[in-house]
Amino acid sequence: MGFTKEELLARLKELQIDFSQYEHPTVLTVEEQAKYVGDNGGGLSKNLFLKDKKSRFYIVSALADTKVDMKVLSQRLGLGKGGIRMAPEEALGEILQVPLGCVTPFALVNESARHVALLLDKGFQSQEHCFFHPLSNDMSIALNACDLDKFLKSIERDPSYVDLEANPTVGKDQPPDLAAFVPSGSSIQQDQPDKAAPLQDPTKNSVPVNKKSVAATGKVAKPQASTQNSKEKPVNPVHQPSVFSDAGFFVEEILNKTSALLLSEITEGAVKENGVNLGTVVAENIRKRLNSDLQSMATMFKNTAYTQGFHAGAHRNL
Amino acid sequence: MPNYQSQSHRSHSAATSTPSAPFLCLLARYNGGREERESKPKQQKKRTKVVNPWEVAAKDGGKIDYDKLIDKFGCQRLDQTLIDRVHRLTGRPSSRLPPPWRLLRPPYLQDVFRVPLVIQLTDDEKCMWKNLTVEESQRLARENAKDIIACGFDITRTFIFSDFDYVGGAFYKNMVKVAKCVTLNKVQGIFGFSGEDHIGKISFPPVQAVPSFPSSFPHLFAGKDDLRCLIPCAIDQDPYFRMTRDAAPRIGYHKPSLIESTFFPALQGETGKMSASDPNSAIYVTDSAKVIKSKINKYAFSGGQDSVEKHRQLGANLEVDISVKYLNFFLEDDAELEHIKTEYAAGRMLTGEVKGRLGSVLSEIVERHRAARASVTDEVVDAFMAVRPLPNMFD
Repeated sequence: MGFTKEELLARLKELQIDFSQYEHPTVLTVEEQAKYVGDNGGGLSKNLFLKDKKSRFYIVSALADTKVDMKVLSQRLGLGKGGIRMAPEEALGEILQVPLGCVTPFALVNESARHVALLLDKGFQSQEHCFFHPLSNDMSIALNACDLDKFLKSIERDPSYVDLEANPTVGKDQPPDLAAFVPSGSSIQQDQPDKAAPLQDPTKNSVPVNKKSVAATGKVAKPQASTQNSKEKPVNPVHQPSVFSDAGFFVEEILNKTSALLLSEITEGAVKENGVNLGTVVAENIRKRLNSDLQSMATMFKNTAYTQGFHAGAHRNL
Repeated sequence: MPNYQSQSHRSHSAATSTPSAPFLCLLARYNGGREERESKPKQQKKRTKVVNPWEVAAKDGGKIDYDKLIDKFGCQRLDQTLIDRVHRLTGRPSSRLPPPWRLLRPPYLQDVFRVPLVIQLTDDEKCMWKNLTVEESQRLARENAKDIIACGFDITRTFIFSDFDYVGGAFYKNMVKVAKCVTLNKVQGIFGFSGEDHIGKISFPPVQAVPSFPSSFPHLFAGKDDLRCLIPCAIDQDPYFRMTRDAAPRIGYHKPSLIESTFFPALQGETGKMSASDPNSAIYVTDSAKVIKSKINKYAFSGGQDSVEKHRQLGANLEVDISVKYLNFFLEDDAELEHIKTEYAAGRMLTGEVKGRLGSVLSEIVERHRAARASVTDEVVDAFMAVRPLPNMFD
């Protein structure tokens, strides 16, 4: 599903980006790569795929010789000491859609990597050309930093270069200088439900929408991986039906609540006390106890439907 | 620092401050009382208590005397005769109307009167009084909007707007009209501004006043200048609307009517209102069931006796018991409420039981709110806040 090497190379050519390509046997480390392309001048890159405690991801791409101190980096990003570590292998496949040993800035061409932050070593800018894997370990391409920028801009990324070896103090009066790189979850729901009081319906998936990309039909086009609770879930660009947007889920939720209440009302004591009238009593209780809940749900359902229609209408002529 | 909490119609205070002045367009009349008399809260302040839009405190920790307040502000108590009148006007059977103190719970008013609701988010005010950046206040306003929407307002009859977004056009024209009617002296008298206050604050009152006038919303009420406006709010908002009611006839508009409510007592008792800076003064929508239970047990002021024996003998004092007051507002089952009050007052029910029942009632409400709030996406907010006609608003 991710971009292939061929597709990337074709795209680079389309964008008229100058690069040289070198095929070689599959390599997993920079040292191995150096054996094949090390004599061609320029700088080899080492690429780290990192993850922080809030499941936000980062690609740090640096010259092979640049020293990258994870502790310092973590502080400069505002994540505290030890707030960042190597991302798990599965994330490589799920988010970057590249094989092991193949982390590369070019992986950001994939939709799934939309919210991965990119930090580029400013050392790249003083090199004639730098080597990266084009989504596959059996090839390296060399291109100038400017050309890399051209590519990044074409995928709506802002190329920013950072002095990765710098170690500025981070404290009360010196805010973390790389904090801007941390992927933002702009419209995160404020209240993540406490474990003690779980959300009433686990089928619902309220995916917040990035304000800049308000989708015309009310479908969520670009959900953010960082706001989901589960860390292994791949980013899903399709709008998830919820209790308030899908009639089937809605009705099921109502029936679930009603059944649960009904069963809880029919106790031995209740049967003894009410006998034949149990039905009437239970019906009365259900009405009393569910009225507010169901009204709230119905109103949200109505509001959601209206919203979808409204946005469809508003963007009709675009 | 002003503490803007219009709580009368909210069932709990949110962690961020709530908007002021939600209003309805109502096609009935409500006698506002002796409001023509000029009230001088500034002088009164020194004597008894402080009640203005930004501060509420009773003198020396005493109770807030609502009778005095109502008298001073020239309001009328919402009693049975008025309720009956409302019944006649709306044609609804009295059994289906909630008791008066619940009339203000959203969205009852909207539902009972079948009228459109306009909600103003005063993000500019937050920016000025709480010294936030413009962006931060706008962001907070949107978060507020989500909480409001989660209360269950009907999007086909509700328009939400923020001052930063909406001020301009017809709205601004009305602001200038109102501003011309209010001298600097008057505004200083009403709100207690001084020469040290920045001009943003001093020129803010018209922003709060003009949503009372249908012509401020041409996309909703074009040609319907005869509409009446009803504003449910907490009693501390009164100065704004007093000023508005003063200006309205002078610029050819109907005066808005108000339903003011008493403050919802803080958990610790009647001495003040809830405050966002004191987390133990209220239950928050973000509190878990465990936290709710713990807060009630620890902080809810009890009217019960010190010992079980004494309690069985003397019963509880319902006048000061906070849990009962809260149940009064939140427990929908009137029969159960009566039962609890009777048993508790007679000493047959213990404080622990009452607190327990309150805990489960509040947890249910908070849970329902959370579920609803989680479904409020940015698109839903955008739709509520879009400048659009509401063709079914009187249905």
